[in-house]
Amino acid sequence: MEDFSALVERQRPYLLRYASLHLRDRHAAEDAVQETLLAALAGKSGFAGRANLRTWLTGILKHKIVDAIRRLSREAPLAGEEDSADLEGLFDKRGHWSEMPAAWPGADSSLEQKQFLIALEQCLARLPARTAQAFMMREHLGLETAEICKELGVTPTHCWVLLYRARMALRRCLETNWSAK
Amino acid sequence: MMLSCKEVTQLVSQGLDRRLGLGERLAVRVHFAICSGCYNFRRQVELLRRAVQRLGQEPDGP
Repeated sequence: MEDFSALVERQRPYLLRYASLHLRDRHAAEDAVQETLLAALAGKSGFAGRANLRTWLTGILKHKIVDAIRRLSREAPLAGEEDSADLEGLFDKRGHWSEMPAAWPGADSSLEQKQFLIALEQCLARLPARTAQAFMMREHLGLETAEICKELGVTPTHCWVLLYRARMALRRCLETNWSAK
Repeated sequence: MMLSCKEVTQLVSQGLDRRLGLGERLAVRVHFAICSGCYNFRRQVELLRRAVQRLGQEPDGP
């Protein structure tokens, strides 16, 4: 019978990868995982009877990630991601697409394709950190915009702009880097 | 109210984060009827949402 702490420790690489995806800051990710593992050991009884250790740990980690984003936002208020260079060229002066989005072939089955998810992770890694944090809080953690604004210390309008830019950048990146065609 | 593609993409994105007003929803729908680019855009950001929900979910990993 393996020791509980050894079982938990074995999840560290996975948790670190998961935290990095959200936080984009190595130290903050390591801290969040460390806090998670400590909380897990302290709250071992909370796991009793649950089916999956990884799922349980990920649930704890999600809270630590939001805490970390709140701290990061206080330490370094949003700046430097204000310029909209990433959106330039997408539309002409009258607001029409420079290049119309075409339907993605096989889009419905793309979720089953490992290639698509790999490309998505690579594209996420290219987003500015705060933009990626906002996007992951919304789309992966499922937080409401009001809560995301609070954690990031920005106005709702700014929040929508961050999410908009994340989506625009990601779809353009995927169009270029994912070829199921 | 005729919207440009840029405005429509902003509303489509916000539609994933807040409830759009009736006028906004109507204007977007009218635009979709004449613009396949924006219609494809909406399908892609919806796909993006479903895909991101799946990231990092390997419940039975090592």
